[in-house]
Amino acid sequence: MMRGVLILVAASIATAALGATQRPSVVIGSKAFTESVILGDIATDLARQAGAGTAQRRELGGTRVLWDALRHADIDIYAEYTGTLAREIFSGRGVADSRPALAAALAGEGIVLGPPLGFADGYALAMRAERAGTLGIESLDDLRRHPQLVLGFSNEFMARGDGWPGLRRTYGLPQTDVRGMAHELAYRAIASGAIDVTDVYTTDPNIRAYRLALLRDDRGFFPSYAAVFLWRADLAARAPQVVAALQGFRDRIDTGAMRRMNAAVQLDGVDDRAVAADFLGLAPAAASADSLWSGLALRIRQHLFLVAASLAAAIACAIPLGVVAARRRVLGQVILAAAGMLQTIPSLALLVLMIPVLGIGGPPALLALFLYSLLPIVRNTHQGLVNIDSALSDSARALGLPPLARLRLVELPLALPSILAGIKTSAVINVGTATLAALIGAGGLGQPILTGIRLNSMPMILEGAIPAVLLALVVQGAFEMLERALVPRGMRRRRSHRAG
Amino acid sequence: MLALEGVRKTYRGSEVLHGIDLRFDPGTTVVIGSSGSGKSTLLRLLAGLELADAGRVVAGAGVLGPENLIAHRRRLGYVIQEGGLFPHLTARQNAMLMARYLGRNVGWTRRRLETLAGMTHLSAALLDRYPAELSGGERQRVALVRALMLEPEILLLDEPLGALDPLVRFELMPELAAVFETLGNIVVFVTHDLGEAAYFADRLVLMHDGAVAQSGAFEDLLERPASDFVSRFVRAQRPRREDRPAPAA
Repeated sequence: MMRGVLILVAASIATAALGATQRPSVVIGSKAFTESVILGDIATDLARQAGAGTAQRRELGGTRVLWDALRHADIDIYAEYTGTLAREIFSGRGVADSRPALAAALAGEGIVLGPPLGFADGYALAMRAERAGTLGIESLDDLRRHPQLVLGFSNEFMARGDGWPGLRRTYGLPQTDVRGMAHELAYRAIASGAIDVTDVYTTDPNIRAYRLALLRDDRGFFPSYAAVFLWRADLAARAPQVVAALQGFRDRIDTGAMRRMNAAVQLDGVDDRAVAADFLGLAPAAASADSLWSGLALRIRQHLFLVAASLAAAIACAIPLGVVAARRRVLGQVILAAAGMLQTIPSLALLVLMIPVLGIGGPPALLALFLYSLLPIVRNTHQGLVNIDSALSDSARALGLPPLARLRLVELPLALPSILAGIKTSAVINVGTATLAALIGAGGLGQPILTGIRLNSMPMILEGAIPAVLLALVVQGAFEMLERALVPRGMRRRRSHRAG
Repeated sequence: MLALEGVRKTYRGSEVLHGIDLRFDPGTTVVIGSSGSGKSTLLRLLAGLELADAGRVVAGAGVLGPENLIAHRRRLGYVIQEGGLFPHLTARQNAMLMARYLGRNVGWTRRRLETLAGMTHLSAALLDRYPAELSGGERQRVALVRALMLEPEILLLDEPLGALDPLVRFELMPELAAVFETLGNIVVFVTHDLGEAAYFADRLVLMHDGAVAQSGAFEDLLERPASDFVSRFVRAQRPRREDRPAPAA
């Protein structure tokens, strides 16, 4: 068993190292929403046209992940918004929301601010075009004259400083019927007339689908979320022709074009790569030959590797830690508290915390899953050892077995059912948590779930979710069989020896 | 050779043994007393499961200390109330655990187990069962076999019959007495039952409140009690020499 563990750990390190040496010259990242994915495809096509080898890290879990990956040199390029740079990435650092200020701040991090792509994807308020026409509303100022209007905003917009609270103050809006709701529901509510006004992203394809009109922001309340590419400054040395292509890609996508591309992917189900290639006037890249099954097999393999390697390392560390915890009371409390604290960090946060150290992809996901798997095994090893009947440990001592032999021949076998139960718990939790690893580019069954959420496609979500559930059941069953094989008959029916 | 010299032991701030001097000779010494008298602590000190806070325990290996505890424990057999058999091992594996660990000759180990199983009336089929599949009496027999496997110089028993029902106990007593007789080693037998004490003892040690109240032959305690406590203790259980069950033929 110990040897198996070592092989697994070594294999995972080797795989990670191999991955690092095979890195293509230019890596393009994208966030887990359609517009970012399309812009990532466009950057990839531009780099390829410029003659560079490319790879993509698609659908990563949010601004923080992309930003850290870019600084950590896991990716070279991704599409960002100026408003996000000023308000999220440089928040609290007093960086003004202007191109020169942002460019200077980025340069300090070794990052280049690309030229404006030609559109902005910011907040705007929208009404049904027909109703806005009837009431004669064209701008936010016009809303003041209609206090009876019903406003329905996404929950995020209700809470943000640059959302409803600031908007109401800036324009002195009188409406009292203001509701928070899920963004997707807001479209249906506005179509049915349940609400009159909602918040939208300016490139949202639903604006056209629901025939909405955007209200002019004459006072400039909404910050500008102009789209730009960011890339690493060292790219100029490695791929100067790619940087030249990115620098030349200025004002090429207007709001209408972006909205049409979003609509093609999100509403018409066209593949994002085809949409990007079509926009650039290129022949669509050969569709990937992956069938559903080969793709699924690959994701299951990735998923199993994440689970098996992290679990094996956790077993190798957690059992000795559990033994130490059972032997030294004070140190034991410290170990259990530390493992417990790791468990309270939300899984996504733990994954993101790994990025500055290990970048994105397999290694940080493995480390995070490893840390997550520790507690159940440490705790159950400790419990299993501490709960051994003192008559049995006395008997082992009185036989003249030295401490390590006692541990190997008597105590660990007696604690085995408890230890196995801990490993089983870790494994099942691990199968579930590993779906989140897709957020930091580690692949696995979380990938179709992420894509499915992005495209609002239930079949695609199920393509990841069903195998993940089945895998958890298989793992659970496998450990129950293992338990039957490893725990001797004499311990299975835990009949009490004690008479009185 | 096994002796306690001025031994004191303190648990959680209260002294449970107040300076004990005892010498154990070949033959069976029964240590008797009510619960809390310190008799079990005394046995744990002899087994090297505890170290004395003052005074010394002297055994074949010399004065017991951290450096020779393991060597000392390998020269003794130890049987406790519930047998202390390991539930993950069969009776046979329990009995052979230590011989295997020490790399004893397999043939020798097998023959030794056969001899002891014969002495204690354990069949080969019983030896392949797990402790949970044995009766209480069978478990105590296996525990005795395990304790005797490596031909110990000292056999320590802590209430070995305490958890058995009376009929099984009655059956086991002559077997045990015969085994003690055959071995001719130092046997220290702890019990709270005066009947058992009278049955097994070549010499009796009556403990009271962490000290030896009186030691000597059973008749001495009965006829010449050293204190009021001794006479009350002996009378309370009203054993009579004539009641002693006869060893099985």
